[in-house]
Amino acid sequence: MAEITCREALNQAMHEEMARDDRIFILGEDVGLYEGSFKVTKGLLARFGDRRVVDTPISEAGIVGLACGAAMIGLRPIAELMTVNFSIVAMDQIMNHVAVARYMFGGRVKVPLVIRAPGGAGHQLGAQHSHSLEPIFLHCPGLRVIVPSVPADAKGLLKSAIRSDDPIMFLEHEGIYGVKGEVPDGDYTIPLGVADIKRPGGDVTLITLSRMVYVCLEAAKQLAAAGIEAEVVDLRGLNPLDMVTVLDSVRKTRRAITVEESWLTGGWGGEVAARIMEEAFDSLDAPVLRVGCADVPMPYNKKLEKAAIPDVARVIARVREIV
Amino acid sequence: MKGKKERTRLESRELLSMYRDMVRIRDFEEACPRLYSQGKMGGFLHLYSGQEAVGVGVAHAIHPHDYMIAAYREHGLILAKGAHPNAVMAELFGKATGCSRGKGGSMHMFDPDIRFMGGYGIVGGHLPLAVGLAFSITYQGGDEVVVCLFGDGATNQGVFHEAMNMAALYQVPVVFICENNGYGIGTSVIRASAMESLYKKSCAYETPGLKIDGMDVLEVYEAVREAVQRAREGGGPTYIEAITYRFRGHSISDPGTYRSEQEKKIWRERDPIPNFSAWLQAENHATAEEIASIESEEKSVVAEAIRFAEESADPGPDELWTDVYVE
Ligand SMILES: Cc1ncc(C[n+]2csc(CCOP(=O)(O)OP(=O)(O)O)c2C)c(N)n1
Ligand SMILES: [Mg+2]
Repeated sequence: MAEITCREALNQAMHEEMARDDRIFILGEDVGLYEGSFKVTKGLLARFGDRRVVDTPISEAGIVGLACGAAMIGLRPIAELMTVNFSIVAMDQIMNHVAVARYMFGGRVKVPLVIRAPGGAGHQLGAQHSHSLEPIFLHCPGLRVIVPSVPADAKGLLKSAIRSDDPIMFLEHEGIYGVKGEVPDGDYTIPLGVADIKRPGGDVTLITLSRMVYVCLEAAKQLAAAGIEAEVVDLRGLNPLDMVTVLDSVRKTRRAITVEESWLTGGWGGEVAARIMEEAFDSLDAPVLRVGCADVPMPYNKKLEKAAIPDVARVIARVREIV
Repeated sequence: MKGKKERTRLESRELLSMYRDMVRIRDFEEACPRLYSQGKMGGFLHLYSGQEAVGVGVAHAIHPHDYMIAAYREHGLILAKGAHPNAVMAELFGKATGCSRGKGGSMHMFDPDIRFMGGYGIVGGHLPLAVGLAFSITYQGGDEVVVCLFGDGATNQGVFHEAMNMAALYQVPVVFICENNGYGIGTSVIRASAMESLYKKSCAYETPGLKIDGMDVLEVYEAVREAVQRAREGGGPTYIEAITYRFRGHSISDPGTYRSEQEKKIWRERDPIPNFSAWLQAENHATAEEIASIESEEKSVVAEAIRFAEESADPGPDELWTDVYVE
């Protein structure tokens, strides 16, 4: 076990996988010489050279499309988009090409592609750089959506994502890059689509992912002081969606709240809540509640931005409504 | 600065006004890093220092009722277009008195009163908007022109080509101005564009393309004036590549190690401000005292902007929910 940051964990995963398999290459804006705008691709160009670490122009549609084509005939690209908001520039490639190719062509092709993209709010980056777009990708069949929160998961999930034969949106919150945690040594992988209980508890289930895991853990800590035990389920992704872990927890606690940084309306919380009600209605002692980002483009002003994003107080307040 | 005499057909007053604008922008930008590190501003902060001759040359070559639209390195551009420094500084502070009411920040300055139609953070995203502004002008029978500024990196985006094609196809009054500062973050132009001479990119759309010295405010002024006149007379778009350099990192958080000290030094010697000052004095447009008094007046302008921003109020909590929709 070593204590490293999420940034280092992701970096290690790519180093190890690229050393293992020559078909893996990385492309994106400033991923090589500059070592990534968040330094996640540090050392990769120096080690693997510019055949395998490719700096691109600012051409998101081109990046994703090129990666898709390369993947269709044998390569295993990792495309880095500098910020998830820029994936919208490439959305035609992602949703109309990457996601559907295998199905549309009768299963005769595969697209083993990982699209890594940082995102999330908290740095006053305003309305074109701050959003959490997980729900958009969840909506689209054909894509896998993987979202780590802690260093061990970041490493284990990224390695599994790279080994998967399906196209994967691997979404990293900018706020977690510097977070430290224990990461098992060696070839550590985590199966995709398995949620993780980050904190056990019997009174209410907080279903969450990404940076909101930390918000939920802090809320759970404060609630515990008041005698309420919250169970924090880190989904670690949305597709595959591990409803088994969620439902087991909800059947135990009989209460559930989803906590996400994406916009509340049309967020993934609505999907999870609906599934809980379909599968475990009789186990519920209260309606499933949702916490999410205010339905507004992200404001720049610090106080307004803070008010838009879910925080510990908001999570606790909602728990208090049902416990 | 190349001393072409025919430039002097501009009155001294206009020339000094250009100088004042360049000094204002430099002072404004150079005040920001300190305020940023004090936590007065947040987000990204892309400074314009070094590129002032482009923005000021453009702004002086157009009419007040012409439109300007730009990317996120736009503090200098909105100031050149005539925004009050108080409103720009207040926006950086996120205050309600800011030109985007504190909701936009460094990358998203806006002021319809002076026809500055925004700073945008998605590289290339605003180019089609510029075509739309120009389309709207033609449609409404106006005689305004749109100037659209963007970086070298934007010329590799798909929308750059879509916008160039549509502007030429519909012959709308827009002037595209690429501020080629040599880099898109850490990637130099030659590592990102198959064609190094970016001005040639417009030839695919039969749009005149020209390359100019973006460190020379008068050269920028002349080129843009001609292009704007053509556009106003129905001659369609022009594409201008202005060669320039940013003196600071890409943003406040960029250490900028990918540029050599030697390279930075060469460009520092081409600093558009002292060079223009020397030329103004050599050509007897201004005395050393006049130059000095402009410089000290502008220092106070920026100091006053900071004071105004400090003393302004944050937007109220209810502002989180306003302006998502009109109704
Ligand atoms: C669509 C999109 N992709 C990537 C980015 C990240 N990014 C911000 S600025 C920038 C470089 C742009 O360079 P250039 O157009 O030359 O403008 P400059 O910063 O030099 O003024 C990049 C890659 C972005 N904002 N938008
Ligand atoms: Mg540039």
